[in-house]
Amino acid sequence: MLGFILRRLLALVGVLWAVVTLTFLLIRVTPGGPFDRERKLPASIEKELLKRYKLDGTEGRAWGTRLAANLGRGEGTRIFMGNACSLGQQYFSYVGDLLHGDLRLSTKYRDRSVNEILGQTLPVSMALGGLAFVIASLTGIWLGCYAATRRDQVGDNLAMLGAVGAISVPTFITGPIAILCFALLLPIFPVGGLAGVWSLVLPALVLAAPYVAYIARLMRTSMLETLSLDFIRTARAKGLPEREVVYRHALKVAILPVISFLGPLAANLLTGSIVVESIFNLPGMGGFFVNSILNRDGFLLGGVVIVYCTFLVFMNLVADVAYTLLDRRIKLY
Amino acid sequence: MAEAIAPPLALVAPSQRLHLSWIARISLAYLVLVACGAIFIPALLPDSFARPSPAQFLPPMTEGHLLGTDLNGRDLLQRVFSGARISLLVGLAGALVALFVGTSVGIVAGYAGGRIDNFLMRLVDTLYAVPRLIFILLLVYVAEQPVREWLRETFAGTWLAGLAEYTKIVILIFTLGLIEWLTMARIVRGQVLALKALPFVSAARALGQTHRRIVTRHLLPNLAGVITVYLTLTIPAVMLDESFLSFLGLGVDASQASWGTLLDDGAKVINPIKSYWWLLVFPASLMSTTLLALNFLGDGLRDALDPRQRER
Repeated sequence: MLGFILRRLLALVGVLWAVVTLTFLLIRVTPGGPFDRERKLPASIEKELLKRYKLDGTEGRAWGTRLAANLGRGEGTRIFMGNACSLGQQYFSYVGDLLHGDLRLSTKYRDRSVNEILGQTLPVSMALGGLAFVIASLTGIWLGCYAATRRDQVGDNLAMLGAVGAISVPTFITGPIAILCFALLLPIFPVGGLAGVWSLVLPALVLAAPYVAYIARLMRTSMLETLSLDFIRTARAKGLPEREVVYRHALKVAILPVISFLGPLAANLLTGSIVVESIFNLPGMGGFFVNSILNRDGFLLGGVVIVYCTFLVFMNLVADVAYTLLDRRIKLY
Repeated sequence: MAEAIAPPLALVAPSQRLHLSWIARISLAYLVLVACGAIFIPALLPDSFARPSPAQFLPPMTEGHLLGTDLNGRDLLQRVFSGARISLLVGLAGALVALFVGTSVGIVAGYAGGRIDNFLMRLVDTLYAVPRLIFILLLVYVAEQPVREWLRETFAGTWLAGLAEYTKIVILIFTLGLIEWLTMARIVRGQVLALKALPFVSAARALGQTHRRIVTRHLLPNLAGVITVYLTLTIPAVMLDESFLSFLGLGVDASQASWGTLLDDGAKVINPIKSYWWLLVFPASLMSTTLLALNFLGDGLRDALDPRQRER
């Protein structure tokens, strides 16, 4: 088990390296640069900017320079990012900075480092996402069990209709409608902005709604399958109350597919949602994913991607470990 | 293993009358209604309704504007249903692209089996894992300019050159189609695996038919049912993606508003001082009911074609 966890964490390094490289290349393949404006910048200023943001290829160690010079002789590598002279060189110096824990300066939010930006916005996103995750998982699991135990009855049908509804209606509809109803017409919650835990409740509910539905459907299916197994018949034959049968014996087995859904979901929710954060005016990091691509802000995008992948790998690891705790037959290697 | 694979959907009851649930029937009727509305309503309303006018933010039921007017004084009824044209068009066309790609990949993977199957399915798994937004953005940005010029030059003089104006929509359709094919590929592959094991395929092969003929004459007709079901379920997914992008201001251009654009406009004017609720409520309710109806119809068709699916 410990070996498994260590190996996974080691694999995280490989994953991060791969995504950083891929992001680095992709953002440069995309046409346009971070300093493109309506009016062209004077050459001297552009040169200064490129130097400041380490995009002119003069950074880096000697061996990186040599390697890059060998790799980047062709015209093909002299691409896209202003008059950047060597992509390979920039790449090596970037990876070097990353290894020192420096995510570099954002080219859009001048003078602010990516470390600083993420340090300020990630906690907001994590608080919102964490709350939404708790709501989604608890409600979803409960609703799924409820529907499965009342199969084809009114409660089940209503729950499943509601689930289709929650999946069909996107958050950019439910968000404004929720504000209209619960903040303007009935002033229970604040309209937007960040002011204590209470201001996060409405956005978290909106964010959680579709996932409640996904989890409930998954849980119902899995629970129905489990309830038809032999060990459940045994439990019932022994005279256990239905509550005990469902929530103690069946749930432990039936929850497994839900757990593997929860891993990536947690990573998704904790790293923010562009729609909910913009509708409720929360200073989270959800918007950076899209905006840093639009602004060609390569280093901010790199930072966001690193955070997201770390969460993803880590949450999947947690899900796998939870698997073994729930089902002793599963062995991790 | 062969027993474990469910009988293919279409073989269950090819000629029986489809038993749709009442909820699926209502959904179908509603969708027909919305489609008719999208086709006729913008054409029937006076032309001036589509143009900006000084009469901005009129509440519903005033001066002949049934649903009121927006920021630029355009009639909301007209806007909502011309938005429906774009949204439905993108949804349908995108789903058809997804259908084409997904079915091809699924059939190849299922029919060829072995290494090809393994490779294609791992590819599908990988694509499931990557955030799709980044792909959409990249494709739209990289492709827009070249495609526009290509359309202009290659088809100069023909009607296709007119498409250049709508390059963004065309690219969106293809991009979204290229992203939503994954589920389709998985389902079709599963069905092909099941069909391949059946005697009539072996018989066809024993009679010396070519692979291509087996696929087109024997497998495809049997896949029609599943494909229809997942087509109905892919349409709302594509529409959701498109409206999400338009909501972020990255989708169709503002001049050709889709539901996502309208919702973005509606969400912007919600504020504590004076809320123009109709700009949000009408597009939101039309869009959510349409998506709901599509999902209900898809679920209903799936249940009707294969009752065992209800368990899943």
